[in-house]
Amino acid sequence: MKRHFDADLEDLRGRLLRMGGLCEEMIHAAVKLVVERDEAHLTAVEDWERQVNRLHLEIDDVCLKLIALHQPAAGDLRLIAAALKINSDLERVGDQAVNIAETGVFLCKEPHIKLGDIPRMVEVAAGMLKDALDSFSRGDVELAREVIRRDDEEDRLKSQTFNELVHLMQRDASAIQRGMDVILIARNLERIADHATNIAEDVIFMVLGKDIRHPAEQRASEGPTATA
Amino acid sequence: MNPTMDTEPPAAPAAPASGTAAPAAETILSVRGLRAGYAGGAPVLKGVSMDVRARAVTAIIGPSGCGKSTLIRCLNRLHEALPGAFCDGEVLLGGRNVLDWDPVLLRREVGMVFQRPNPFPTMSVFDNVAAGLTLNGERDRVKLAERVETSLRRAALWDEVKDKLRSPGVGLSGGQQQRLCIARALAVEPRVLLMDEPCSALDPIATARIEELLLEIKDQLTVVIVTHNMQQAARVSAHTAFMLSGELVEFGPTQGLFTKPSDKRTEDYITGRFG
Repeated sequence: MKRHFDADLEDLRGRLLRMGGLCEEMIHAAVKLVVERDEAHLTAVEDWERQVNRLHLEIDDVCLKLIALHQPAAGDLRLIAAALKINSDLERVGDQAVNIAETGVFLCKEPHIKLGDIPRMVEVAAGMLKDALDSFSRGDVELAREVIRRDDEEDRLKSQTFNELVHLMQRDASAIQRGMDVILIARNLERIADHATNIAEDVIFMVLGKDIRHPAEQRASEGPTATA
Repeated sequence: MNPTMDTEPPAAPAAPASGTAAPAAETILSVRGLRAGYAGGAPVLKGVSMDVRARAVTAIIGPSGCGKSTLIRCLNRLHEALPGAFCDGEVLLGGRNVLDWDPVLLRREVGMVFQRPNPFPTMSVFDNVAAGLTLNGERDRVKLAERVETSLRRAALWDEVKDKLRSPGVGLSGGQQQRLCIARALAVEPRVLLMDEPCSALDPIATARIEELLLEIKDQLTVVIVTHNMQQAARVSAHTAFMLSGELVEFGPTQGLFTKPSDKRTEDYITGRFG
């Protein structure tokens, strides 16, 4: 039986994917600003951020209404629970992109500095976000697991960039401010990858009903389970 | 109908030590291959098997006509009282098949609360609650008064009726009448309390009171509740059974069944795709 509720859930999915698409655009524009040293990209990032924030409020509102009016269960409930969490993660991704853009504006005014592995970090983080959203759209658990695996690569690149910039600052005290800004950008990108990982974990919960976060704590809290 | 009838009351199980929680997995009622229906018709229950946990609430959900009411009516042999009805298989209470018991003795052990409150119309509040005890031969007024008060307290009704115990039971509101029926069922200290859609005739406030009452008594008594209200099943029960067309489709911990059912038919029912 086709339910009106299905159309509401489809609308919710659509809004989240739209928000995710805006976040992807924000990341690319923010990093373009840093790499190309072109402040003009800031306007677009700020404009998209306003749209992301509006969607953040709308999606929370839609989720609360769906819970209150339909008392969802099973797959419907898991989708809405995942949507609420993904909504928060995407809003934070938008904030990280704004941080990158704002840091970039400062760097544009300063002499050029090496960006370490930032270009590769963008590729990994934006790729993870895109695939996390695709896995949400298609309910693709394998793709979600693949996203989670890639988070290690982003962490490795971040450490590499930190080390490279620390060496640079040790050699050249005048580069300390700029070096710290590049480290902050690396940190923002690593956080974006973490949010993509969270989204992938939510997708796995949404599809399988299985919470894969914090496996050590889950094992510790597992009591004897009742069986039918 | 089983040909043999054992009129011996069953031996009561050893009571758990005071203050000791019962083991989570203790089974009080085992249903094995239960078939039921009416002569000449298709079976209503097609071989249901399930274990009911002691001192917990078990909910049975399913669409109209799935056999959930028939199932609980077999548990205290009310189903067989209908013309042409049959019931076979096993319902083990304390290890003995209740289908071989004297139904009157069985109903002291397995009480029932129905969809519509049905206090005895000519009796006072007090006499309604005391009815089962009086029928069992209890004449000691002090003991009766104690048991009536305890039962009304357990049914969360004492404070509302303590000053009108001699008033007619039917003078109470619908929700109070239903709690009176619960007190009446509790007064004989059954091991299992069956509830057949006990809130379907009540308003939301009266329903909430019954649900609160269930949450209060759930650790002391085994309750099997049939309900059309899935949110109610989710709120009050530890285990939920989903029935469809006379079969038990899925039975497990309530939280799991409502968040990640293992059978697609359960998912479709609880998400409103059919039924």
